[in-house]
Amino acid sequence: MKMSTVRLTINGLRVHVPAGISVATAIALVGQPFRHSVTGEPRAPLCGMGVCFECRVRIDGVAQQRACQRVVNPGMRVETDG
Amino acid sequence: MVDACDIVVVGAGPAGLAAAEAAASHGKRVVLIDSQPRAGGQVWRHDALHGQPRVAMDAIRAAAGNANVTYLEGTQVVAVEPERLLLQDARRGFHLAYGALVLATGARELLLPFPGWTLPGVTGAGGLQALAKQGWPLRGKRVLIAGSGPLLFAAAATAQRHGAHVVGIHEQAGASAVHRFAAGLWRWPGKLAQAARLRLELARVPYRTGSIVTTAEGDHGVSGAHVRGGQGDERIECDLLAVGYGLLPQVELAQLLGCALEPEGAHARVQVGPWQATSQPRVFAAGEACGIGGIDCARVEGHIAGLAAAGAAVPRALVQRRDRARAFAASLRQHFALRDDVRGLANDDTTICRCEDVSLGAVRTHTDAREAKLATRCGMGACQGRICGGALAELGHGPRGGMRPPLFPTRLATLGEPVLSSVSDTRGYTP
Ligand SMILES: Cc1cc2nc3c(=O)[nH]c(=O)nc-3n(C[C@H](O)[C@H](O)[C@H](O)COP(=O)(O)OP(=O)(O)OC[C@H]3O[C@@H](n4cnc5c(N)ncnc54)[C@H](O)[C@@H]3O)c2cc1C
Ligand code: FES
Repeated sequence: MKMSTVRLTINGLRVHVPAGISVATAIALVGQPFRHSVTGEPRAPLCGMGVCFECRVRIDGVAQQRACQRVVNPGMRVETDG
Repeated sequence: MVDACDIVVVGAGPAGLAAAEAAASHGKRVVLIDSQPRAGGQVWRHDALHGQPRVAMDAIRAAAGNANVTYLEGTQVVAVEPERLLLQDARRGFHLAYGALVLATGARELLLPFPGWTLPGVTGAGGLQALAKQGWPLRGKRVLIAGSGPLLFAAAATAQRHGAHVVGIHEQAGASAVHRFAAGLWRWPGKLAQAARLRLELARVPYRTGSIVTTAEGDHGVSGAHVRGGQGDERIECDLLAVGYGLLPQVELAQLLGCALEPEGAHARVQVGPWQATSQPRVFAAGEACGIGGIDCARVEGHIAGLAAAGAAVPRALVQRRDRARAFAASLRQHFALRDDVRGLANDDTTICRCEDVSLGAVRTHTDAREAKLATRCGMGACQGRICGGALAELGHGPRGGMRPPLFPTRLATLGEPVLSSVSDTRGYTP
């Protein structure tokens, strides 16, 4: 069975990822960093369920989106500030 | 677009789905809301690789597929006013008026700080499970799972199904407590069967009791962990470290509505009567929000709350089933009670508030969470204290202060000025 894929951009990179996965997962799959904390430490998803905000990214220009709560969509623009 | 209905159910996990189905079957117009992109809640979270179990699909169809139910996915409640909610989805904010409300907001993990817990690759145990189901790359990864409770097994099984090499499960509770729990499981045959299945699936994974992850190490991400247990201290190499110390009820929305809470250990749960009514008129609550009870409890409480919210009679048999399920919860709590040493893992340099990078040392000088928050900004970040608040309460720094609107960081376009001021003017929060 051929898995359908979705094309989106993450930090300006054009990527193909499996359909149905979360934006957080897409970022991990293509090996992009997540956010940096206020003192500059690299961070990554912690809770996976929308409460910790460690996975927050900008999606289509809207900041503070939790990447673990959104499924990838064709054409999405994701920026992680990583 | 709906702007009013008879009953709003918040949360589309097992409890909320059961509530929506029950209320709709009595002819009520129901709106079911969940912030996740798909229905199912935590236990029935959709798996990008393996889909959802049959029982979950049936429950979702019975609720979201009911002609009387409007299901709004990817939508969260961000504030409340008398008789209406302020909702937000990916595009916009809007109001929804309701006659009665069922809160089925579930639980989150209790995540306790330890040196290295902010490294990328360190997650909650249920957190790892949730990420795995979202498709997180796990194939060939060495995963170490630790913390407490049966969720460790569920997380390990999910990780393994996604191709991870689970190098160990480390339970903080001692061997005798775990054995006593297992020995009592015959009283809940469904749980016993489930435990046996998981144990078989994980037969090759070492399971250690009385064992605690004390430190995570790594440069840009986790590469190993120190574990303290019966065999002394050892370092275990891993690519991912998943640590969760059980669950705590999500009561923020109930709190915002002024519902009375009661203690659950160091945390809080929504207080309900026999028919799941909260202290506020026409507001009901069901499932983990009313105390950690597991899926069976969530389903039967949701059913009762849905009937009660619809003004329908609640059969006695349901109430008996609920009480039985709650007894299981009590057994869990008793046997997986946290040992004191898990509360002492963080040192003064360990970050406790991950949003604002506040260390435990900075917070320790304050006696209550509110004072600490004002002085250090601990809990003022994007998660609004959901992570550090639970941790601080568990570490003995008092319960969290009251929730203030909005419940989640909210776009300004969603929050018209009148909404916010009327919320805080009319509800009298205890800050
Ligand atoms: C990460 C995690 C993994 C778990 N895995 C398992 C498992 O594998 N097996 C098991 O038996 N138990 C598991 N549990 C335990 C789980 O809590 C229960 O089994 C069961 O899911 C509880 O059902 P519920 O309906 O009470 O709550 P949940 O299933 O948690 O459902 C609550 C829902 O409410 C939604 N919600 C909350 N607040 C808002 C808001 N303000 N606006 C909109 N929506 C909101 C949430 O998105 C969530 O979908 C897990 C718990 C967690 C936290
Ligand atoms: S990982 Fe915690 S909010 Fe997304």
